[in-house]
Formats: sequence, structure tokens, C-alpha cells
Amino acid sequence: MSLEEILYSGFLGLLFFYCVLAAGKAVDPVFAFHATIGAIASAAGIFLIVRSFIDRDGRVEPDEINGKPNYNLGPIKFASIAAMFWGLAGFSVGIWIALELAYPALNLNLPWTTFGRLRPLHTSAVIFAFGGNVLLATSFYVVQRTSRARMPGLVTPWFVILGYNVFIVLAGTGYVLGVGQGKEYAEPEWYADLWLTIVWVAYLLVFLATLWRRKEPHIYVANWFYLAFIVTIAMLHIVNNAAVPVSVFGSKSYVVWSGVQDAMVQWWYGHNAVGFFLTAGFLAIMYYFVPKRANRPVYSYRLSIIHFWALIFLYIWAGPHHLHYTALPEWASTLGMVFSVMLWMPSWGGMINGLMTLSGAWDKLRTDPVLRLLVVSVAFYGMSTFEGPLMSVKSVNSLSHYTDWTIGHVHSGALGWVGYVSFGALYCLVPWVYGKRDVYSLKLVDWHFWISTLGIVLYITSMWVSGIMQGLMWRAYTNLGFLQYSFVETVEAMHPYYVIRALGGILFLAGAVIMAVNLYLTIRHGEAEKPAADVALAPAE
Amino acid sequence: MAHEEIDKVTGVSTTGHEWDGIRELNNPLPRWWLWVFYATIVFAVGYVFVYPAVPLVSSYSKGLLGHSQRASALAETEAGQAARAEVGQQLASASLEEIKNDPKMLEFAMAQGRAAFGDNCAPCHGSGATGSKGYPNLQDDDWLWGGTLADIEHTITVGVRSTSEDTRMNDMPRFGADGLLDAKQIRNVAGYVLSLSGSSIDGADVEAGKEIFAENCTSCHGEDAKGSHELGAPNLTDKVWLYGGDEDSVIYTITHAHRGVMPTWGGKLDPVTIKSLAIYVHDLGGGT
Repeated sequence: MSLEEILYSGFLGLLFFYCVLAAGKAVDPVFAFHATIGAIASAAGIFLIVRSFIDRDGRVEPDEINGKPNYNLGPIKFASIAAMFWGLAGFSVGIWIALELAYPALNLNLPWTTFGRLRPLHTSAVIFAFGGNVLLATSFYVVQRTSRARMPGLVTPWFVILGYNVFIVLAGTGYVLGVGQGKEYAEPEWYADLWLTIVWVAYLLVFLATLWRRKEPHIYVANWFYLAFIVTIAMLHIVNNAAVPVSVFGSKSYVVWSGVQDAMVQWWYGHNAVGFFLTAGFLAIMYYFVPKRANRPVYSYRLSIIHFWALIFLYIWAGPHHLHYTALPEWASTLGMVFSVMLWMPSWGGMINGLMTLSGAWDKLRTDPVLRLLVVSVAFYGMSTFEGPLMSVKSVNSLSHYTDWTIGHVHSGALGWVGYVSFGALYCLVPWVYGKRDVYSLKLVDWHFWISTLGIVLYITSMWVSGIMQGLMWRAYTNLGFLQYSFVETVEAMHPYYVIRALGGILFLAGAVIMAVNLYLTIRHGEAEKPAADVALAPAE
Repeated sequence: MAHEEIDKVTGVSTTGHEWDGIRELNNPLPRWWLWVFYATIVFAVGYVFVYPAVPLVSSYSKGLLGHSQRASALAETEAGQAARAEVGQQLASASLEEIKNDPKMLEFAMAQGRAAFGDNCAPCHGSGATGSKGYPNLQDDDWLWGGTLADIEHTITVGVRSTSEDTRMNDMPRFGADGLLDAKQIRNVAGYVLSLSGSSIDGADVEAGKEIFAENCTSCHGEDAKGSHELGAPNLTDKVWLYGGDEDSVIYTITHAHRGVMPTWGGKLDPVTIKSLAIYVHDLGGGT
């Protein structure tokens, strides 16, 4: 066995014994359940390592075959399929809770299906499970291709992908069973957080090691964004989740931050989860897949440098805009707002580079629905990153905060930008890693595009109307100085928009189902790619 | 070294880098982009000077305008209170009848009552005050504890079966559950009660029910079964039913009784708000 295999087997062995012990001594049933999952997962991990050791029979996959890099595609295939699976699950839960808001009886009066538990299940499933697996799959692909190097490690790439998905299972089952630390987008408890930290460090190491082995003189812009995403998420995750468990055999912990400091740390995390997970990470995807699919050069190298550094420098300070008009000191609120306003153009730099890369290839939008998904995603990105700074302005925020406008804003970014750029990337990536010429049916991609675009339009327009209406109703006074509407009346007034929003979500899911079928057909029945001419590529000088 | 080439489509030179077939054009930063970026920076710097922005050792920079969110929120609250103070004080010393007969006070009380109803009463009685099963409809003229202004004000203040010492309270016996009547007797008395409002139950002996009623129910509901506001006993001769007027519901009520609760609002709401609520609720469907 290689040193790597021995170390992982040893680590998983220790983890297995801890999990078995923890399952036996657990002070609460959810912890016992999660320890059991941990024990099964570690045992399965050891089994997989040993089996692959026996199968490889002393041989190691070569880094190059005939002078061409021998890319490691297995973990990418797994993460692509996992992304599609979690996407369908996450969108479905989203529809369910959207319907619960319109028809509250749908919470079934069961603790497991209440809005409070399903909402984090939805957000985590779409952001971390769907989005996270897309980021893992594309980053492993892009960093290998643009470095012309196989990512190192017999076990580590698989450890990252499978370990990450074990984290997803722990998080999701925890929410439904009522275990969480009450931090938005960071609900999982201490043991899941620790596990994610280990997985994330392994991810960073694989990524850095691949860059280290690169055969290209420069690091491609997509990789800067991926690296910024990986490093910053590690920092955010550790600081925000710092907690002391009540017992090492129990799920409950207490976060070390408290009061307004906790709120500030939470939104420093929450805002930058948007900034570095959902923006930087997906801009990396944009920077590889848009020029690749359009077969055009990136519009401006200089713009990519300036907007990259401006974006990562400014984003990290903008969190306080989530806490306008709260116990947060006014000066902090001001700084959060001005950094958000300055963030507008750095965000748009990515949009300009994405859209202008199409110059000379705009006609392809007519014939290539995959490229259309990618380009429309960039347009939604531009819209959301204008709306964001606008909503961060205090006086606008006094109307928009706590209303559905925020939900609409998030979803124009989530469905339009993150969703579409991910769909576009997966439509490219799946045929590439499975050695197919293209997706099985471009016609189906076209259907996916139009159905889900209609869904997004219904979603965000209904939320704009209901959010602004809600904000105006909350602040309406009669001429005698009494509130014009009671809270109940504002809820009643939003009902039709909640129904429209749920309908939008259903259309978005319908599009994703078409996509899943199309990807399945691509893998199973797609036309194989013609083997490329067997010549070594000359390294770029 | 990288060798730059000219992109044929745009005529712009590339940087000469290439990764997996992707090249980069050497376009300059778009001018408009750069100038808008500068403008946002200028705005940000200006804003930081004008408003509270920079943390210092034990305080923070107050900004050129000396603006304070806390101060402006307090000022707005005070202005709102001041606007309501004049008529509000009149209400405090006026009787309910005086308020009812003074157009200015009435307008104020109706506005305040409506707002207070939406926030405090609507969760049970509905935003239209039409109630639902177990929660009385306040739009009709059927009252358990009386529908005069004074009755309504008192009910709001002390609640029903609430934690208040002065709460309105009654206690209908659980005739079936506590074995006071058997199932047959309950069926008969239910048949009698329903016959008062023109309904009937199959197989119920109304005459026998009438006797049972006289022995067990009249002390609260009265000989004529028209109930009592004094005791909070419902009128059983109309078609208004708090817990349902179908056969099963009436039998259930006699068997188990219902002990609905309304919280006491005295101490939670100030007396003026309670007066306004009484005026508002009375206006919906109050009696004399």
C-alpha cells in the first residue's frame, strides 16, 4: 500500500472506532444516528481503499499517456451525478415549503415537515449539495485541464468528493430531525462542521497540488477564482462555526460568539458565503465554460485581474448590510453599505467579461441552447449584482428588509445565475467526462431553457410585487397615526403571489427533470466522441 | 515567451497565454466601467464623511450631519405619540358613551380599535372578526357575556377563564364524561335542544329530553333556554353555535363540555386601547 492509502485507512479506522463508541454512549438519539452513519461511512471508506488497492495490483495510474495528461475523471463523474441528484431533491423541497407558505396545512402538523426544518434543508440542498457538487466537479476538471496535469492522489480526490457528500447527508438528516445550531446557512452541528473542515483542507491540498504540477506558465483566471473560493470558505466556516460541544457524545453545542458580535460574525459569514461560494466559485465556472463553449477568447485579461482583486477585497466587508436598523452600531452599518455600493462594478466586471467573450459568436445563441443557458446566467448575474448594492442602501433596505423582495433577489441570483451557469456547465461537462460528442438532445436542452426561464420570471416578478407590497403595507399609517394594516392582513395579501411563486418553482423543477433525463441519456446512449488525433500537444510557451 | 497574435474576429491582440484552448484578448478596461467604479468610490468616501462610519477607541466618527439612527427613530416615535396624545387623553377621561357620541373621539377610537384588533384579536377571531369554531363571531348580535359597551370592555379587560383574578368564568358540567347522564339521556336532551331551533335528531325522545333539560340545564341556560349574559350561558334557541350545531357536535358538547379561554388584556393593553377596542367591537355587531 502507498503511504497515502495507509494514512487514510488508519484515519478512517480511528474514526470508525470513535463513531462506534459514540453511537453506544450517545446522549441523544440523533447523535447516535449520525455516529452510526459515520461508522458505516468510515468502514465503507476503508473497504473502498482496500478494494482499489487489490484491483490496481501494484500499478498506479500514470500521470501521462503518450505525452498527454491522463486526467482523473472518476470523482468528477460522481460529483456531476450527485449534483443533479441533490439539485432535484433541493428544488423539490423548495416547492414544498413554497406551498407550505401558501397553504400552511401542508406542514402536515408533523415536526419533521415544518417550515422551520425544511427551509434549511432546501437552502443547504441547493447551495451546498447541488452547488457544492457542481463546484467540486468543475473545479477538479478545470484545474486539471488548464494546468495540463493529472490531479495527484490515489485516495484524496475521492475522499474529498465522498466526504463532502457524507457531510451533506449528516446536515440534511440533522435538520429534519431537529438538530442545528441556529445559524443561517451554517446550521449543521459541531461534528458535521469538523468533518467538513477536514474534507475542505483535503480539497485545498488537491487543488494546490494540481496547480503546483501544472505544465502551463501561468495560472488561468478560473483557478484564481476557485482558489479564492476554497480559501475564503475555509476561513469563514471555521470562524463562524467556532463552538463548544456540551458533550463529545452529543449533538448540542454552543457557539462561542454571542449577542451582536454573533450577529456580525454570522452575516460576515452569510454574506461571504454568497460572495465566495455562490459568486467567486461560479465565476470560475463562467470563466472556463463560456469561452470554451463559445470557442472565443476571454474578452479582457486586464479586466479579469482588476475585477478579481477588487471583488475579493471589497466583498469581505459588505456583510453588515444584512443588519441595517438593528442592534448593530450605525457606523458598522454605514461601512457595510458603502462597501456594497463599491462592489457593483467589480461584480459587473465578471458580467462584462462573460458577455463580451461572445463578441463574434452571438449567432451561436440561436443554435446552441447550452451556450444560451450560460449567457443568460451571466445576464441574471448582472441583474442580481445591481440589485444587491441597491438593496444595501439603508433607505432602500428600510423598505426591502425582512420582505419577500429579499427572497426574490436571492432567487434571481440562485435560479438565474447559479442555477443556469451550473446547468450550462453540467451540459458541457457530462459529455466531456464520459467521452461523448455532445449532450444526447439539444432539443431537450432548449425545452429545459424555456420552461425554467418562464419559472424564474414567475418567481422573481411575484416576489418583487409581494415584497414591495409587504414593505409598503408594514409602514402604512392612517392619518390618525395608527398602523393601517395588521400583520395578518399583510400575510393574507401575499397569498396569490405565494401561489404564483410555487408555480414558478414547479416549472423550474420540471426543467431540471428534463435535464436529468437528458444527462442520463447522454451517459447511456450518447454518441461517442471521435478519438482525438494521437499527437502530443505542444506546451504553450 | 508568450507570443501574441491578432484575433481575426475582433482585430484585438491576445495576451499570448493559452489554457486548454482558451486564449485571452488584451482589451483595455471599458472606460464607462472604470468611471462608474471611481464614482462609487467617491460616493463611498463622501458618505463616510457625512454619516457615522469609523470606529474609534471608545466612540465612532459622528459624520458631518451628526445623524443618528437611534435619535431619529426616537424622534419619529415621539412625533407619532404627540400626534395621538390630544385625543388619546380625552379618551382616557371620557366614558364609553361619551366617546360613542363625540365624532372626533369616535373616529379616533375606531381607528385605534381597528389597529389593536388586527394585532391582538385577529389571530383567534379572524381579521374580519367573523370567528371560527370555538372562537365567537363578533359581527353578529349574539353575545355570551353581553354586548353592551360596558360588557365588551369588561370581557376584554378580564378575559374568559383567564389568569386574571376577576376573569369571567363558568363551568358547564361534563354530563357524559362525568357520568351525570347516560348516552340515551344525552341523545334525548340534544334532540330537545336542537328542536328549539327547528332541527331534530333521529330516535331522540324530545319530551324526555325536555324533562332532563329542566332538571339539569335551566339553572344556567334558563327555563326558556335563551341563556344568560350574567352567567355567560349561550342562547340555545337560535341557530348560532360556537362549537357546531349538528347532531354530533351538540352531543359532544353535552358529553364533554368546552372550556374555551380568552386571555385577559388588562395590563397588556393600556385602558385607552381597551376602550377603543370595546368601541370598535361594539360597532361591528354590538347589542344594547
